[in-house]
Amino acid sequence: MQLQTQTRPKVISVQVLEDRIDAATAIQFKEKMRDATKDGPARVVLDLARVQFLDSSGLGAIVAVKKLLGPDRALELSSLTPTVEKVFRLTRMDSIFTIHPSLEVAVKHAATA
Amino acid sequence: MPQPPDPDARPAHLHLSFAASPVAVRDNLVRMLAVPPLSGLSAEARGDAELVLAEVLNNVAEHAYPDRVGPVSVMLCRVKDGVVCRVVDQGAAMPGHRLPEGELTAGPSLALDDLPEGGFGWHLIRSLTRDLVYVRDVGENRLSFRLPDAEHCLDL
Repeated sequence: MQLQTQTRPKVISVQVLEDRIDAATAIQFKEKMRDATKDGPARVVLDLARVQFLDSSGLGAIVAVKKLLGPDRALELSSLTPTVEKVFRLTRMDSIFTIHPSLEVAVKHAATA
Repeated sequence: MPQPPDPDARPAHLHLSFAASPVAVRDNLVRMLAVPPLSGLSAEARGDAELVLAEVLNNVAEHAYPDRVGPVSVMLCRVKDGVVCRVVDQGAAMPGHRLPEGELTAGPSLALDDLPEGGFGWHLIRSLTRDLVYVRDVGENRLSFRLPDAEHCLDL
């Protein structure tokens, strides 16, 4: 599970460099996200542009990261592929997360927030 | 007048058996998606098929065989309105010999600490399949369902 992290003044962005977050990698994803976001700005954007497959374990891990960050920090998402978007929609978790169309939009949004 | 059989019209079958570990589930999903009958579906229907089969097979890996890696078999059969799937394992029965309802508890009004980290699987399975049937018989879990063709799928 490879993640690429970039820290800007108001936002830390994490790109998932894998095509799947599934039952085989969910725990590893959660641990790497915890390490990647330990310090830094309150707002975290998780960029899922490369992720073609997310199952319920992967979704649960993303929710767990949001909870780990706590009430004073925010986990936002960007660049959902159609299959990943559908998982969020069917489970109504699209109502829990702020979802941006691209990482660029998410970063701009954070800069002006 | 009887029609001569058309070889292209024969339904495509696929039968796979493997040991249900999370890594084997992933590897076998990739294999299944690459060949008929799933390879012939639309991109969206293939995505749905992969998700449903992942949920079903990971449930077997986690709940039917909680303490060991056990065998699971998958049979896929093309029918006129989708793909019929049958998944059989010899693990623990479903609680109460019934499928979980898969009701969602998520909503914007939930506090952060109350957000669910699981329980999405059966909701996804029920949302994306038709004719879902579970039978517990002579030590086996037998689950069958149909993955509908995209054009037959209800608007979700």
